[in-house]
Amino acid sequence: MDWPILSILTWLPIAGGLAVLIAGPHRSGLARLLSLAVALATFVVSALLWGAFDPASAAMQFAEIKPWIQTFQVNYHLGVDGFSVPLILLTTFFGVLVIIASWDTIQRNVHQYMAAFLIMEGLMIGMFSALDGLLFYVFFEALLIPMFLVIGMWGGPRRVYAMIKFFLYTFLGSVFMLVGLIYLYIQSGTWAILDWHQFPIGMGAQKLLFLGFLAAFAVKIPMWPVHTWLPDAHVEAPTGGSVILAAIMLKIGGYGFIRFSLPITPDASAALDWLVITLSLIAVVYIGFVALVQQDMKKLIAYSSISHMGFVTLGLFIAFAIFRNPEVATGAAMGIEGAMVQMISYGFVSGALFLCVGILYDRLHSRMIADYGGVANTMPWFATFVVLFLMANAGLPGTSGFVGEFMVILAAFKANFWYAFLAATTLILGAAYSLWLVKRVIFGEVANQEVAKLSDLTRREALVLGILAVAIVGVGVWPQPLVGVMHGSVEQLINHISQSKL
Amino acid sequence: MGWAPGWAPGWAPGEKLCEIVAMNTANLLLVAPEIWVLAMACVILCADLFIREERRGIIHMLAVITLVFAAIIILRAEYDATSNITFNGSFIRDPMGDALKLFTLVVLAMVYTYSKLYLRRFQMFRADFYSLSLFALLGVMLLISANSLITIYLGLELTALSSYALVAFNRESARGSEAAMKYFVLGSMASGMLLYGMSMIYGATGTLDLNEIAVVVAARGDQDMMLVFGLIFLVVGLAFKLGVVPFHMWIPDVYDGAPAAVTLFIASVPKMAAFAMAYRLLQTGLGEFHADWQQMLAILALLSIVLGNLAAIAQSNIKRMLAYSTISHMGFVLLGFLPGTDEGFGAGMYYVIVYSLMSAAAFGMVILLSTNGVEAAQLDDYKGLNQRNSWYAAVMAMVMFSMAGIPPFVGFFAKWLVLKAALDAGLLWLAITALVFSVVGAYYYLRVIKLMYVDDPETDFAIDAPVDFRAILSINGVLMIGLGMFSGPLIAVCIASFSW
Repeated sequence: MDWPILSILTWLPIAGGLAVLIAGPHRSGLARLLSLAVALATFVVSALLWGAFDPASAAMQFAEIKPWIQTFQVNYHLGVDGFSVPLILLTTFFGVLVIIASWDTIQRNVHQYMAAFLIMEGLMIGMFSALDGLLFYVFFEALLIPMFLVIGMWGGPRRVYAMIKFFLYTFLGSVFMLVGLIYLYIQSGTWAILDWHQFPIGMGAQKLLFLGFLAAFAVKIPMWPVHTWLPDAHVEAPTGGSVILAAIMLKIGGYGFIRFSLPITPDASAALDWLVITLSLIAVVYIGFVALVQQDMKKLIAYSSISHMGFVTLGLFIAFAIFRNPEVATGAAMGIEGAMVQMISYGFVSGALFLCVGILYDRLHSRMIADYGGVANTMPWFATFVVLFLMANAGLPGTSGFVGEFMVILAAFKANFWYAFLAATTLILGAAYSLWLVKRVIFGEVANQEVAKLSDLTRREALVLGILAVAIVGVGVWPQPLVGVMHGSVEQLINHISQSKL
Repeated sequence: MGWAPGWAPGWAPGEKLCEIVAMNTANLLLVAPEIWVLAMACVILCADLFIREERRGIIHMLAVITLVFAAIIILRAEYDATSNITFNGSFIRDPMGDALKLFTLVVLAMVYTYSKLYLRRFQMFRADFYSLSLFALLGVMLLISANSLITIYLGLELTALSSYALVAFNRESARGSEAAMKYFVLGSMASGMLLYGMSMIYGATGTLDLNEIAVVVAARGDQDMMLVFGLIFLVVGLAFKLGVVPFHMWIPDVYDGAPAAVTLFIASVPKMAAFAMAYRLLQTGLGEFHADWQQMLAILALLSIVLGNLAAIAQSNIKRMLAYSTISHMGFVLLGFLPGTDEGFGAGMYYVIVYSLMSAAAFGMVILLSTNGVEAAQLDDYKGLNQRNSWYAAVMAMVMFSMAGIPPFVGFFAKWLVLKAALDAGLLWLAITALVFSVVGAYYYLRVIKLMYVDDPETDFAIDAPVDFRAILSINGVLMIGLGMFSGPLIAVCIASFSW
């Protein structure tokens, strides 16, 4: 294809965001329409990308390469493989949903809000398709700016604390990666990520590099114990911000592990996999308990996100434990595929749950579980959706939540029974906090006057939740298209990391 | 200092002075930009006597014309590696110097545009500002092109004396006079240190020409005690001029006490000269001592980055905050010196240019928000700027993100290059410490952004400025992202000017 489709995907939303910024100071309606048009156009282009993508090949497709900073061999280098395409699609999908969801809940500085989301969307797509180390870092960091402003300008009462914490936490993590990237460049003389994959590195250096990457991606995903920024950011962010944060931004960490840690430092990953696996299991179990005791719905979902992201890191690093187990030869691919499916599926689920909380918050201006009860009596349609989403959150078979968790647990079983056992506790814990939430908020007697006055979903809200419900059930019942698109790339990654680079 | 026989390397007893002069007349072309600036500074000094007060805008025009033509003269220069030294080896033209001078002129043009508004608002619109700053510019240009200890000292003093006077420019301000006094006393001490170091170097090598010093030092080896002592004093003097810890004490007081227009000048233009001076002295003259000065600079850089960033957090006055931020930025510039390679110096030069542009924009914003008679020096003056005027809030946000080193803004690329230099020099611990403290530093830049975007405004004064001011400030802001996204060319220029 001659069209630079990845550049279009990256820059169309950014240009659109700037146009909205210029067009909208006094015309909120125009700003909304223009944003929706841009987001839809981006989604259509990404659907074309999906259609034209060849899943059989593990090579980078639609590659574009232009010199950027020639003195230091930095290139503007884009390309996608089976890992990036689903994430790009997820990004453009939520790009549209977030704009519809915020259609009239945001009344102040509408144009800036819409522009921030569009620019963020473009930056995320650019990051998912960057094949140059510096370019990746630029997108990775630049992303913080719009999210920082979104939390600060439209957030809740403690937004200042949350925005600064969010920014500094992630910034601190990523500077270690920057040192690692510069080191890699000095050693290899190139910024091309694919060349780094092949570049041999000694064990000592690999371990340091691995820890540098870990610092960046563990904060981003986030792993226990560097997760504390997330509940604050989620609680204070406006609904749209929470949705993007949970649905896409957390996936950046997982994507980083796939693109950097595993292929560039496979030996260090193998040597230090116990670290990641331990932290993941702590996240799954301990954070699951923490979620159980939350009083604030957004906080509960935030902790549930952290716990679910534990599955992603577990699935990614379980491969090394499987390699070491002589009795089984296969299963490594299942862990990584499971992690990818979990990222996408949990993107849908957490996005949907944050939207649901947002819908309640718009009506009652409270996120406290204690303020609700018996919502099903006044909002039956809403209750239907919420129950579906929370079931998916608990990993009910038939929803997308089941597929990823099942694959990861299965892979964990091949490595070590106890890994699988601990991971499987999520089925109990997840069900516990999800169902208890349903009981306290949705079912039961109508708790108070305010709940009695609630009105059910508007058509706009029903549309957004309906689309998400279809996606969640779709992936749950028929995950093949999603798994198929990444299959070639997963195979290649498994081959790559099973060989030592020393 | 007397004219010691033999100070001019081409001079030998018996040779006639007129021959030397004749030999060099053709090379006056190399000094043409400096001559032009000197002439125009004198013209402005005199012209002011004949121009009535209400037409003083003419002086501003003359000053800007001076800058434009100086730039043209620099760009039209023709020289090569064999014909670029004049005045018996005391003056050198090279691409590094030319590039720095050009950016000095660009930044000074911005400074003039911003200052005009300030001087008008504060009833200080006098021609002295222009003549003094042009003399300072002359000093800066001399310093950038200095190739002997004498020229370095001359350029330095010319810059410094003009700056002292500029700081005290508001005669009614006690704080201004106090700042000028501090600046003068500490500055003279630093000059004394530098001079002492120079005299040791001269005593040990018998020459003032930097190239010849390099030859002698190379023959002598790096064990000579006298040279090492000289080097230490030179580094102290340099550290003072750059304003790095522990020789930074003057910076916050001077930045705070001087009128914003002068702070703007001091914070941007002389930094480029200080960079060039450090390069000439340390690399051209004493490159043999790389291992020694690398250690000294590493410690200076570390202290500056740590202390500058920590102290800036505690400030509630934006001029003081930017002063401490300058200290940490100068620490980053020093990182570029560490590997002693062309790439490293190029990185330092890139950083100092980028820093000057950022700092000009930041103080431009201070001036823009100042109302008649009151400087917008408190951080609280930035509250709710987004609601008052979203474009200027965006400009300030870009400057702050750039200073914090967040991509895609240009400040990130500057930090990236100097970090690479530090890693090239094998100083991993220094690179990591610098980065961690740049995260600490990000906090106070983010605080400004928070004030602008999250808080509600305390005043509703309309933000107004002449069209030239608004245009230049907007361009300056857009440069933050433009130079970042298209950072290739400027980086290439900076690196190439050292591998000439």
